Amino acid sequence: MSEPLLSLRDVVVEFPTRRGVLRALDGISLDVNAGEVLGLVGESGAGKSMIGSAIIGLIAPPGRIASGEIRLSGQRIDNLGPSQMRALRGKRIGMVFQDPLTSLNPLYTIADQLVETIRTHLPVTAAEARAQAIALLDRVGIPAAAQRIDDYPHHFSGGMRQRVVIALALCAQPDLVIADEPTTALDVSVQAQIIDLLKDICAERGAAVVLITHDMGVIAQTADRVAVVYAGRMAEIGPVSDVIHRPAHPYTRGLMGSIPSLREERARLVQIPGAMPRLDAISAGCAFHPRCDVATAACATTRPAMTHLVSAQKGEQSADRFAACLLLDHTAREGGEHGG
Amino acid sequence: MLAFILRRIFQSVIVMLTVALVSFALFRYVGDPVTSMVGQETSLEDRAALRDALGLNDPFFVQFARFLGNAVQGDFGISYRLQEPVMGLILSRLPATLELALISGALAFIFGVGFGVYTALRRRGIISNAIMTLSLIGVSLPTFLIGVLLIWIFAVELQILPSFGRGEVVALPGGWSTGLLTPSGRASLILPAITLGLYQMTLIMRLVRAEMLEVLRADYIRFARARGLSDRAVHFGHALKNTLVPVITITGLQLGSIIAFAIITETVFQWPGVGALFINSVRAVDVPVMAAYLMLIALVFVIINLIVDLLYYAVDPRLRVDRGAGASA
Amino acid sequence: MMARLSDSLTRAYHSDLAYNFRKSPVAVLAALVALSLVLAAVFAPLLAPSNPYDPASLNLMDGFTPPMTENAFTGNSYLLGTDNQGRDVLSTILYGARLSLFVGVMAVLFAMLLGIGAGLIAGWRGGWVDTVLMRVADVQLSFPSILIALLIFGVARGLIAPDQRDTMAIWVLIISIGLSDWVQYARVVRSATMVEKNKEYVQAARIIGVRPVVILTRHILPNVMGPVLVIATIGLALAIIAEATLSFLGVGVPPTEPSLGTLIRIGQQYLFSGEWWILLFPAIALLALALSVNLLGDWLRDALNPRLR
Repeated sequence: MSEPLLSLRDVVVEFPTRRGVLRALDGISLDVNAGEVLGLVGESGAGKSMIGSAIIGLIAPPGRIASGEIRLSGQRIDNLGPSQMRALRGKRIGMVFQDPLTSLNPLYTIADQLVETIRTHLPVTAAEARAQAIALLDRVGIPAAAQRIDDYPHHFSGGMRQRVVIALALCAQPDLVIADEPTTALDVSVQAQIIDLLKDICAERGAAVVLITHDMGVIAQTADRVAVVYAGRMAEIGPVSDVIHRPAHPYTRGLMGSIPSLREERARLVQIPGAMPRLDAISAGCAFHPRCDVATAACATTRPAMTHLVSAQKGEQSADRFAACLLLDHTAREGGEHGG
Repeated sequence: MLAFILRRIFQSVIVMLTVALVSFALFRYVGDPVTSMVGQETSLEDRAALRDALGLNDPFFVQFARFLGNAVQGDFGISYRLQEPVMGLILSRLPATLELALISGALAFIFGVGFGVYTALRRRGIISNAIMTLSLIGVSLPTFLIGVLLIWIFAVELQILPSFGRGEVVALPGGWSTGLLTPSGRASLILPAITLGLYQMTLIMRLVRAEMLEVLRADYIRFARARGLSDRAVHFGHALKNTLVPVITITGLQLGSIIAFAIITETVFQWPGVGALFINSVRAVDVPVMAAYLMLIALVFVIINLIVDLLYYAVDPRLRVDRGAGASA
Repeated sequence: MMARLSDSLTRAYHSDLAYNFRKSPVAVLAALVALSLVLAAVFAPLLAPSNPYDPASLNLMDGFTPPMTENAFTGNSYLLGTDNQGRDVLSTILYGARLSLFVGVMAVLFAMLLGIGAGLIAGWRGGWVDTVLMRVADVQLSFPSILIALLIFGVARGLIAPDQRDTMAIWVLIISIGLSDWVQYARVVRSATMVEKNKEYVQAARIIGVRPVVILTRHILPNVMGPVLVIATIGLALAIIAEATLSFLGVGVPPTEPSLGTLIRIGQQYLFSGEWWILLFPAIALLALALSVNLLGDWLRDALNPRLR
């Protein structure tokens, strides 16, 4: 198997505060292969966006990557200097933010912002950059791109602005795009269009996507693999259909139970009782155990490690399928029964 | 665009009329104009005749209309104290005040924005902390005390700069006199300009810093960084321009304050400007000069407000309703 | 129920404030400086070596004695020297600070009363009363308050008979500074009143016939005391500076009862002849007073963190 495009190993992100050090991310490990779409799910505050910030090196100070490593095509990028990191941003890793209404500088035209970004990364003249920008806007579905390019952001609707943001993220041909809740702030009617656009245009250009969302429906339709994050820790990772149909971690099961369309056989949606702990109040042992309906005494004291899952059907290790739960055999079996 | 300007001008006229009303009330009802104009020995009949001749017995609105009509023509009557036409007194002192105000305003803006940006970008640096601490002292230090201390250091102890007056002045055509063309005129301007500008500078600096910190947290700045733009492009291209939009408003209004604060600076440095004229008029209850000064200051404020609005309009494309206007930037 | 809730909230609030205070060395230092200056000013008649307002105690021969030096004619020595009239500088500073603080505090109280009153009425009544009051506030706010104070001072002098001007000067000064500074209080109180007015407990109180005055003072005022306190503290520093400025300009207190601003005005005249102490010590006193009160206000604003604007 070839080297993954992006690889995180035991990444820990810490925020020193007056009341002690907060761990926003605690031992995150995951791989993203070239051209694939990895979904990253979890509830608000779980650390999904923090993973995106860590990858692109934009953690807000005083936060920092305390340990672990991040590699892009095998090269470590978590310890690069500011100028080397800057050269990667936009050029090799593009980023799409949540709110297109605030992502664009209101005082500059779309052309200004596109041309500036293209010329930062590619050795082209202003005229060439402008031609590229118009072509790209055309591709992301801006009608009459050649005229609209000289408009200001406030002339566009939210959906159109997110198309512009996608164009900006892709304009220097990155290998990896991190999309942080790209449709959350949009009208429901345009969400699907934007997700499709993002997926298609990245597939066209061979760019891998890390799709951060709390919407399992979007993940189910879009992603190849999915990683579940809880309280800054990995809960589970694996191929989308596998994880959806046979969730191994109790938290994932709860998450699946809360999606209307996936569990038609159930009469009512399942709610996970309680709320995710604050970062300064994560209990010892498994972070999820206070809310877990199958937790044992050991869960309160022993922190589970990410372990290779044993497939219930074949009785063998399934490739690329990990979860962090002490009761893995139990839950895997349960999940298997549900799935079959 | 035209409608916008017309609406603004209309509002300005309303403000000016209100100030004129206050000014007129001051002129007419504070002290008795007749008593102020004649000597002790004037008979009651003569006083009544003068009262009639001055139209002081006419209905209120007739008097106000006459006051307005005269004001528009630049006639604010005769100063009680100096027995000269008020407008001439003000016009002869206006160049001194305007030169001082503009130079201090420019200093305050340049250094205020510079220090503000620096302290916002190097938030935890030693120099930033030093600047912030000094600025707090600058805000607490009364303007007149700054002037007195500067005189002590540079005029009394070091003896390198003059402590009073405008120095040698050159008369320009159009009745303008300038101190900018002679060495002594320029030297005389230094201490008053610093005194007058320091407070405004600290205000602008604190405002720029606060705005810049706010803007640096904005999503579009994060997105600009995520696109790999250089720090220079992010800070000075994206952040500074957005910072300056609100700063322009406040700075413009500060320029008005500068002209008002010039009263203090002019007194400290015996600067022969409008402010010193005003303070002497307050001391002597010279009402016509006070009324005229009030109108003058209001006019300056209104004009500055108008300019600031137009500038705002030019900088922020969101205010431009028609789309065509945005295409050129 | 409501009272108990607000009571416990108030307590938590205050303990937090106290904690915050102990944690801020700048605030503690500023409070110490301000407190000792205030105490020194209040007890000036007991502390001052002489009474500078009493012409009988002055000896012109003592004039221009440098600090801690024996006077060549009288052999007297003064800690901070004497001024042109032979007044002990330390005593004039103590009495001057007393006057400056008095004018400052009274002006702030006046502005506060006026502003709170206007804010309550504007917020409660709404309609044209609100429009008129806030228009006036807007116009006034666009002019620097020192200019407003000067104008009011000039007008007041015009209205008062010349022979009474000196005796009335301090009260005219207080009213001028107070009138120039009520707008901030009015704005904060008005917006708080408009918010509280529509809350259910106020509606309920109105329905059972509680008088508006009672609702306003018992329920609405306590909600805005935090921001008002911040404005008042910063306002005190501004009022002290305003008083000093007006007195320096020669339109404030009469020269027979000098405030800190008057002392600096006198001191400036003797800078060139080398009698620096007449200027320096009053200047330091004024700066210490204004800066410490300002720092306290700054800290209080950050600690309470109300939305002031």
